[in-house]
Amino acid sequence: MGQAIAFYTLAACILGFGVLVITAKNTVHSVMFLVVNFLFVAGLYVLLGAQFLAVIQVVVYAGGIVVLYLFVVMLVNLKRPPEAHQDRRRRGRLGVTCSLVVLAELVAIAAYKYVSPAAGLPPALPMGPDNVAQVGMLLYTDYLIPFELASMLLLVAMVGAIVLAKRDL
Amino acid sequence: MIDLLVIPLIKIVIVLTGVLITVMYLVLLERKVQAWVQVRLGPMRVGPHGVLQPIADVLKLFVKEDITPVRADKVVFTLAPIIVLVPAIIAFAVIPFGDQVSIFGKPVPLHIADLNVGLLYIVAVASIGIYGIILGGWSSNSKYPLLGALRASAQLISYEVAVTLTFVSVILVSGSLSMVDIVTAQKANGVWFAFVQPLALSIYFVGALAETNRSPFDLPEAEQELVAGFHTEYSGMRFALFFLAEYANMIVVSAVATTLFFGGWLRPFPSVAFLHFLDFVPTWIWFVVKTFLVLYLFLWIRATLPRYRYDQLMRLGWKVLIPLAIANIIVTAAVKVALSD
Repeated sequence: MGQAIAFYTLAACILGFGVLVITAKNTVHSVMFLVVNFLFVAGLYVLLGAQFLAVIQVVVYAGGIVVLYLFVVMLVNLKRPPEAHQDRRRRGRLGVTCSLVVLAELVAIAAYKYVSPAAGLPPALPMGPDNVAQVGMLLYTDYLIPFELASMLLLVAMVGAIVLAKRDL
Repeated sequence: MIDLLVIPLIKIVIVLTGVLITVMYLVLLERKVQAWVQVRLGPMRVGPHGVLQPIADVLKLFVKEDITPVRADKVVFTLAPIIVLVPAIIAFAVIPFGDQVSIFGKPVPLHIADLNVGLLYIVAVASIGIYGIILGGWSSNSKYPLLGALRASAQLISYEVAVTLTFVSVILVSGSLSMVDIVTAQKANGVWFAFVQPLALSIYFVGALAETNRSPFDLPEAEQELVAGFHTEYSGMRFALFFLAEYANMIVVSAVATTLFFGGWLRPFPSVAFLHFLDFVPTWIWFVVKTFLVLYLFLWIRATLPRYRYDQLMRLGWKVLIPLAIANIIVTAAVKVALSD
């Protein structure tokens, strides 16, 4: 009961702030709503007993990535409101296409769940109090290759950013 | 019910009051230490030897006019000092001030919460505090605060990396992320981690100076260039909140240094048997004494060293501290593996 109340409160806050992110007129306000949104997502992880993931969510997303967004937003001149696209019909077509893609994804997920209810997901691990060790163990055994690939991807992105920013090395 | 709500609430009230009073007197201590270093007397007028000076200062800040610039973003301008202060204070939730004590025959641990990700919690909380500084500078709609905020956030983000990497080597030695377990690991090993990880301690201390915007890294508020940095447009109580947060952050980083490297609440030489008579001192007193010794180091350095240039600061952070911290992690891990065989 208490968990359900907590979940629905958190979910409502996540959705509410998500809507505010895209409706806020001021870009800095929008970025701040995004931070609050991420904090509530971290709350959701705490509710699931994944404290490690919750703290990482705050460190990486709310604390790390969004700060960089804020830098960009503050340094780029955004005093005048962004201009709407000239061609109204093209805007409409884009909107319809995007919503159709999202709808197709949702339908696909629902259909997949209907066909094979539990397949595709590994069985849940017994939840110990120390899930830092569990996460570490899994990352370095079962999921070693995806983990290393992700770190390579980040390295490539970093090198690319440096090459783009510094024309003559 | 009592265990779940009443005792934590009492602890929160005690810690909050303690932190606020410590901040007030830390400011006085700073002025006194600076004065002694410069062969002056420091504040002497309010009360004997100026001991009531903090109260006079707080009263002054309360009654000063609180100005909001006309062109400022009013909501963000009001929120920014709060966003800086709240993380600085909730970081105290995971700091273990002492061992268990029994009050009326009931064992009460002297920390508010022992999270199994305590150290990461502190990192997370600290990373949220940066927003207050950036937003304070941006919402003032004025050039010096904006420049100060940009400098401050670039500095904080750079040094946060080095500081977090030193945490990794401490975690490798202690085998846990919980602040209480880190202290008990030092007890079990019979040695403070300052002696096991001297390099991590020095990197942490330099990083902590930079993260709290203390001299010699107080560039975000370099008054000759930036007036007062990100809080130039703030006055009265809202300025006081920024001030409070800065000193609360100093106490947090000193308390973390004490916990990670100086044995937390343990007495000096916890494994030497003939010093057992020292056990009559309550554990939290050791913690407070050690934290104040670290804080004194902050004040001493401020009175001694001149300010760095901005490019020197960045070079030190990225080209010296971060590579050293990574090398330290590799060596620590290698030694740990070698010893475990």
